[in-house]
Amino acid sequence: MTDYRIQGATGEWEVVIGLEVHAQVTSESKLFSGASTAFGAEPNSQVSLVDAAMPGMLPVLNGECIRQAVRTGMALDAQINPWSRFDRKNYFYADLPQGYQISQLYHPLVGEGSLRIEPEGGEPKTIGIERLHVEQDAGKLMHDQHPTRSYVDLNRSGVALMEIVSKPDMRSPAEAGAYVRKLRAVLRYVGSCDGNMEQGSMRADVNVSVRKPGGELGTRTETKNVNSVRFVMAAIEIEARRQVDVIEDGGTIVQETRLFDPDGNGGKGATRSMRSKEDAHDYRYFPDPDLLPLELDDAFLKAARASLPELPDAKRARYEGELGLSAYNADILTADVETARWFEAMLAENVPAKPAANWLTSELFGALNRMGRDLVDSPVSPKQAAELIALVADGTLSGSLAKQVFEIMLETGQGAGAIVEDRGLKQTSDTGAIEAEIAKVIAANPDKVADYKGGKDKLFGFFVGQTMRAMAGKANPGVVNDLLKKALDA
Amino acid sequence: MSVDLATVRKIASLARIATSDAEAEALLPELNNIIGWIEQLGEVDTTGVEPLAAVIPNHLRLREDRVTDGGIRDAVLANAPQAEHGFFAVPKVIE
Amino acid sequence: MTNLTDLGIADIRDGVATGSFSAREVATAFNDAVVAGRALNAYLVETPELALAAADAADAAKALGDLKPLSGVPLGIKDLFCTKGVETTAASGILKGFVPQYESTISAKLFDAGAGMLGKLNMDQFAMGSSNETSAFGNVISPWKRNDGGNAALAPGGSSGGSSSAVSARMAPGATGTDTGGSIRQPAAFTGISGIKPTYGRCSRWGTIAFASSLDQAGPMARDVRDCAIMLEAMSGFDPKDATSLDLPVPAWETSLSGDLKGKKVGVPKEYRVDGMPPEIEALWQQGIAYVKDAGAEIVEVSLPHTKYALPTYYIIAPAEASSNLARYDGVRYGLRDLPDGANLQQMYAATRADGFGAEVKRRIMIGTYVLSAGFYDAYFTKAQKVRALIVRDFEQAFATCDVLLTPTAPSAAFGLGEKSDDPLAMYLNDVFTVPSSLAGLPAMSVPGGLDGQGLPLGLQIIGRALDEQSVLNAGLAIEQRAGFTARPGQWW
Ligand SMILES: [Mg+2]
Ligand SMILES: [Zn+2]
Repeated sequence: MTDYRIQGATGEWEVVIGLEVHAQVTSESKLFSGASTAFGAEPNSQVSLVDAAMPGMLPVLNGECIRQAVRTGMALDAQINPWSRFDRKNYFYADLPQGYQISQLYHPLVGEGSLRIEPEGGEPKTIGIERLHVEQDAGKLMHDQHPTRSYVDLNRSGVALMEIVSKPDMRSPAEAGAYVRKLRAVLRYVGSCDGNMEQGSMRADVNVSVRKPGGELGTRTETKNVNSVRFVMAAIEIEARRQVDVIEDGGTIVQETRLFDPDGNGGKGATRSMRSKEDAHDYRYFPDPDLLPLELDDAFLKAARASLPELPDAKRARYEGELGLSAYNADILTADVETARWFEAMLAENVPAKPAANWLTSELFGALNRMGRDLVDSPVSPKQAAELIALVADGTLSGSLAKQVFEIMLETGQGAGAIVEDRGLKQTSDTGAIEAEIAKVIAANPDKVADYKGGKDKLFGFFVGQTMRAMAGKANPGVVNDLLKKALDA
Repeated sequence: MSVDLATVRKIASLARIATSDAEAEALLPELNNIIGWIEQLGEVDTTGVEPLAAVIPNHLRLREDRVTDGGIRDAVLANAPQAEHGFFAVPKVIE
Repeated sequence: MTNLTDLGIADIRDGVATGSFSAREVATAFNDAVVAGRALNAYLVETPELALAAADAADAAKALGDLKPLSGVPLGIKDLFCTKGVETTAASGILKGFVPQYESTISAKLFDAGAGMLGKLNMDQFAMGSSNETSAFGNVISPWKRNDGGNAALAPGGSSGGSSSAVSARMAPGATGTDTGGSIRQPAAFTGISGIKPTYGRCSRWGTIAFASSLDQAGPMARDVRDCAIMLEAMSGFDPKDATSLDLPVPAWETSLSGDLKGKKVGVPKEYRVDGMPPEIEALWQQGIAYVKDAGAEIVEVSLPHTKYALPTYYIIAPAEASSNLARYDGVRYGLRDLPDGANLQQMYAATRADGFGAEVKRRIMIGTYVLSAGFYDAYFTKAQKVRALIVRDFEQAFATCDVLLTPTAPSAAFGLGEKSDDPLAMYLNDVFTVPSSLAGLPAMSVPGGLDGQGLPLGLQIIGRALDEQSVLNAGLAIEQRAGFTARPGQWW
C-alpha cells in the first residue's frame, strides 16, 4: 500500500498520530474508595464520601487496580516500575469534586513498551508505548435535563482508569484504527478492561499533527474522548484535513484541546475547539501527600506475570504452527478473547482442530450473523458444537447432514446426537442401498452418462448430487463417490 | 524573582479567587515580600539530595477490591447548595 | 468539694470511677463554664446535650462496672474535626452551615472511649494562623492578661486557639488540637497548658479537614502531661481509611510515665538561639536545662544546621498542599455558593471562593498556586522537598547523640490581638521553633516552663525521635514536676 497522504494545494502532507487511550480497569470498587463501579446505576448512588470529596476524606488505593495495570504493562512488553507514585493534577471543573485528579505524571507505574499492529491493507508495524499510568475517572455532567443548569452525577468519579500513551508512531487513520483494535484485544485477553467502548470503558484522546513528508513535526492538537474505532479514524482524517487547510490558508495550528462531533459539518463530522478547558493548561502537578510512594515487591510482580494468559500474537502463531490452521482462521479465532476461549472450549472436548476451526468460522459465525447475535450469547454451547463435529469426524454425519442437524440444534436447542437418533439422520454406508439408487440415476439419465463417458468429467458432480438427493442426504459421500466411479467407469 | 500585577491576576484566576484590581494591587507587595523571603532556600546546596517522599518510613498499603461503600445518596447530597432529581445542580456548562 | 472545672482528665476519670462525683455533675459544671466563658469566643458551637448524654452513659456504665478509659470526661473538639450532625466549618465562611454526615476518626475514637463533647472550638480559619485572628467567626481571646494593669486582649495562639483558651480558662479539661507547623504547641505555650503533637501517622487524618496533608497531625491539649498521655492513647492508632496512618500498636504511655531522666541525653540545638530572641526566653531555656539535669539527664549540645531554612521550606510546602486541598471548596457539593446574576460555573467558583475564604487563606492559596505553577515547580516545590530531606537528616544526626531535644516553644510570650495581624511574615516567625519538627514528622510537646516579666506563660518544647512519644512525655513530666507551674488566669469574664 502506498503511504497515507493528504493532498493539499501545496502538495502532499503526512499525518503524525499519537493516541492516549483511557481504559477502565476491571474492578468491583473504585481506585481510591469502596464504592461500586457497576455501570448504569441511579445518579450519585455509587458515590462514597471520598468520591464526593467531602472535607477530610482520604484516598486508599485498590490493590486489584494496580495488579491489573501491571499485568497490562507486562502484556505490552513494557517496563514495570517497582517504585511509582501518584500526583495531583489540579484544575476546576464540576465533574471533578476534589479540584484535582489523582494521576501519575512524574513516576508512572509502567514505562516504555510496544504493540504490534496489522493495519488493513498495510504492512505490519510496531507502535511504541510511551507509558501506562493509573488515574481516577471524573464524574459526569448532563446538560440536557434543565434549560439553565447542568447536573452532576459522581457515579464514575474515582473509577480506575489506565491511561495508555502511544508514541507518535502512527501515520494513517488505518494504523490508528488497527492500534485501538489490537490494544482492545490485548486488554480483553488480559482481563484488565472489558473494552466496551459504548459504555465508555475505552476512549481515546487523538493527537494529530501534519507535516510535509519527512519534514519537521507540526504543532499537534488533542481531540478528546473519541469513543469508537470508526470515530478515531474519522477524527484523524477530518482534523488532519482541517490542519492542512489552516496552514495552506496562511494560518497556524494552535496547540489546543478539541472535541469530535460526528454530526458536525452537515453529518460529515467535524472537530471543534473546547473552550471550557481552554485555561486548564497549568495543572500544577505535585505528589499527592495523602498517598505514599507505591512500592511493588518481586513476589507481587512474579505473581502478576504468572497470571498472564497466552496473548493474541502467541496464540495465533500456535494455531498456525501447532494446530495447522490456515492463517485466515488463526487470525479470526484469535482476534478476540471470547472467540479463542470458545474455540478452545471445543478443543477441550477432543475434536480435531481444523474441522472445528472451519465450522466455527463459517457455520457458527454465519448463523450468528443471520441471527444478529454475538458469540457470548450463542444458542449453541462449545460442548454441543464439539458433539456435532465429532459426529462428522466419525462418519455418522455428512457435511450436508451436519448442516441440517445444526439448523435443528439452533431451532430446538437439542444436542446433535439426540437429533440424529430422533430423526434418523445418520449417514449410511450401506453399499447395497446406494448401488440401487445409483443404478436408478444412471438409468434415468442415459444422455448425461454418454456425455460423461465422452469426456465431460464435470458431470460427475451431477451424479453425486442426484444420488445424494435420492438418499435424502444420508449417504456417506465417500462411499457414493467410490460406487459412482465404479458404476460409470465400468 | 518577583511577581507583577499580571502574575497576581493569573494566579488568582488559576486559584479561582475573584480578585478586584484594588485587591490585586494590595496583594502584590505582600506576595513579593513572602516570595522574596522563601527564596533564601536558593542558598542551600541540595546537590545530590532526593526530594523527600515520605516523612516517616511507611509503605503504601493496597486495599482489597470489595464494594464497601456507596448507596448513601442522601448523605452525599445532604449539604448541597442545589440538588435536583438526585444530582448536584450547577449553572449550565457549555463544553 | 473542689470546683469540678478545676479537675483535669485523670482526676475526673478517677473521681467518676470511685464515685466521688457523678459524670453528670462534671458535665453540668463544664457546660455552665462554657456558657459563662462566651466572652472568650472559644466555642463556635455549644453541645451541652451531647456532653450530658455521654455523662449519663458514663454514670450508667459506672453502675454496671463497665467504665471506659474516658468515661465521664467532657472535651472540647477543635472545629477542624468533622462531627456527625454538628456544624463543622474550620472557622471559615466557606463551610458555614456544613453539617457532616460522618464522624472523624479522632472524635469517634474519643467518643468510643467514653468522652463527651462540650462543643466545637474556634480556631484560625482552616488552621492557618498563629493567633486565632483569621477565624471567620471572630477572634478567640486568651483568658490571660498582662500584669501591667492594662487590659489588652491577648492572642491565645493558633491555630488551636479555641482549644488553648478553653482549657486554660477551665471551660474544658482537655481539647483536641491539630498541629501543622506548631498549632498545638504554640497556643499551649501562650496559655500555660500542655499539648503534644505525636509522630506523623499516629493519629488518623480521616475526617479532619485538611490543611497540609504531609504535616497535619492531631493531638491533645490539656492541663498537664498525664492528661495529654491519656488523651493521646485514646486518639492514636491505625486507621485503614488513612493511607499515611502507621500500622503500629499504641503504647501504654500513661502507665509508663516517669519523670526520672537518669541515663537520658537531652540535646540542646545551638541554632535555636536565634537573633533577637528575648532574654526571658533564653532564661526560660536555661531554666529548662536545669530542670532536666536535675531529673538526671545529661545535656549535650547538638547542631541542626538547616534550622534557618525550615520556615521558608514550610511556607512553600504547606501553602502548596493547601492550595490543592482547598480546591474542593467550590460551592458545588456543600458550603457556601455565591452565584452572581448570569455567572457561569467558573465565575461561580471564583465568586464563592473570594467570598468564603478569609484573607490569610487566600494569601496562602495564592502562594501555593504560584509555587506549583508552570515553570516554578522545581525552583520552589522540589527545592523545598530537598531542603526538607536535609532537615530530616539534621534531626537523625542529632538523635545519634541524644534522646530528646529541648528548646523554647515560641520566641515570645502571647502578643496582643492586632499586634502582628497586618504583617504576615512577622506572624509566620512565631513558628520558628515548632516548624522544623513538623517538617520531620517528629513527636513534639510544649509544657509550661514559667512566667515572663508580665506574668504571661512561657512554654518549653521537647522533640523526640519518631515513634518515641514516651521519651517526650517523660521529659515533659520531669519539667512539669520541677517547674511547679500553678499560675492560672484570673477569671475576669
Ligand atoms: Mg490526555
Ligand atoms: Zn488521563
